[in-house]
Amino acid sequence: MPKLPAPPIPPRFLPQPPPPGTQRGRPRTPLEKGAEAGKSAVDWIDERTSLSGGVRWALFRKVPKGTNWFYTLGSATMIAFLNQAVTGVFLAMYYRPDASGGAYESVRYITNDVFLGQFVRGMHKWGSSVMVILVFLHMGRTFFFGAYKYPRELNWVIGVVLLILTMLMSFTGYLLPFDQRSYWATIVGVNINGTGPLIGPYLSDFLRGGPEFSATTLSRFYSIHMLLVPGAIAAMIGAHLYLVAKLGTTAPPWLRAKPDPELVEEQL
Amino acid sequence: MAPTRRPSKSKYTADRGIPGAFEGETVTRRRFMTGTAHGAGALATMGFALPALAFAIGPIFNNDTLGWQTVGTPEMFPDDNYIPAVIVIAPGIGEAGNSTVYIRARNASIDTTPPTQFNRWVAISTRCAHLGCPVRWVPASERFICPCHGGVYDLQGVRVGGPPPRPLDRFFTRLHEGFVQVGARYSVNSELRAFSPRDPGEPLDGIGQYLYPSRPSVRV
Repeated sequence: MPKLPAPPIPPRFLPQPPPPGTQRGRPRTPLEKGAEAGKSAVDWIDERTSLSGGVRWALFRKVPKGTNWFYTLGSATMIAFLNQAVTGVFLAMYYRPDASGGAYESVRYITNDVFLGQFVRGMHKWGSSVMVILVFLHMGRTFFFGAYKYPRELNWVIGVVLLILTMLMSFTGYLLPFDQRSYWATIVGVNINGTGPLIGPYLSDFLRGGPEFSATTLSRFYSIHMLLVPGAIAAMIGAHLYLVAKLGTTAPPWLRAKPDPELVEEQL
Repeated sequence: MAPTRRPSKSKYTADRGIPGAFEGETVTRRRFMTGTAHGAGALATMGFALPALAFAIGPIFNNDTLGWQTVGTPEMFPDDNYIPAVIVIAPGIGEAGNSTVYIRARNASIDTTPPTQFNRWVAISTRCAHLGCPVRWVPASERFICPCHGGVYDLQGVRVGGPPPRPLDRFFTRLHEGFVQVGARYSVNSELRAFSPRDPGEPLDGIGQYLYPSRPSVRV
């Protein structure tokens, strides 16, 4: 099978000839000096890392004919995750996982007293629902376009793991405001986990950090919510994106595939 | 044509012509060094992973009993109605660690379990046996009613409606220096037989007691 041609380098990244009418040795304008400084900084890094090849491999890909707005749902989900990560980091600067009243008080302080606190908390709270909705829309797009089929099955599996991790984030994050709704929803959620036969009772004990909901439970949920699962999600998104770049995207199912005549053996 | 097999090599490095081989040596030095490096890496990983894992799952095996808590005097509790009392179930976190217990005196006409020194008062947990929401005693209808999913229990705490798979949990009670005290929690099946405490949602009739084993953290 003949090797496909490499994707072309966009013209703006090719070395430019000097503009007509200029001569060598002309004093450079400050703008040109700045541009060259930037180029040499990028070159310095690229000479030591060879990153530009990988960036070109990941970004300058051919996409099939018929690619449309539905194909942006995955990126939208990732942006929703980044929104959760960034707002979460800043919420963690004020939040206190203290079950004897400090947790609720710190959330009240964020909402009422911190500058833009209500806004950032709102971004995190509503962003979580947006992320779950986008995950399902992205999953639906993949399913209805048949984009989970060979050779992309593993990416579907990674996506399902990401869905489960997102649900785990929703479950653990729901407790953190530590109001009545959080408390009782977590009691019910942990007990639903406990109804799994044989290992269910021990799973409940693990989630609560003991037989009763206690101070350990809140700090445990906080640690899972802001350290364990986000790290796993970030790693899984990396694998997901690698496979997307490696395997490419699919054409929508309503387009009939027209293979390159050079690549098809002549039919007799 | 059948694939030709490679001639089998001797297991001794000396016979394979490896330079510097020792007499009777079967493992090459390259192979030995690879194994040592992998082994050292695995050992170092275990060194931090196992203690961390044990740290995380330790509470499953930790049994801290809270002991007896005084809830009132004997004359406070009639034998035909429940009186609520607040006890601590998780110490150190204030109100979030409290729970309500409904208590009445034992009534020989309805309580058929044999009398002991630990059931002279019937202490019913407010933890719904469905998924753990707080039930409320409604004296007019003589029912415990759960606000979440509609579980209903009778005066004995036995399910009469809704999704709960077993009766409400109970607590041991005793008389101590003139005061009524509440002790450890226990679960009951539909015949009011006592079991080590189970979490809500776990049936105790038939095969249930084996599908949902008792936990070391609260075994009584």
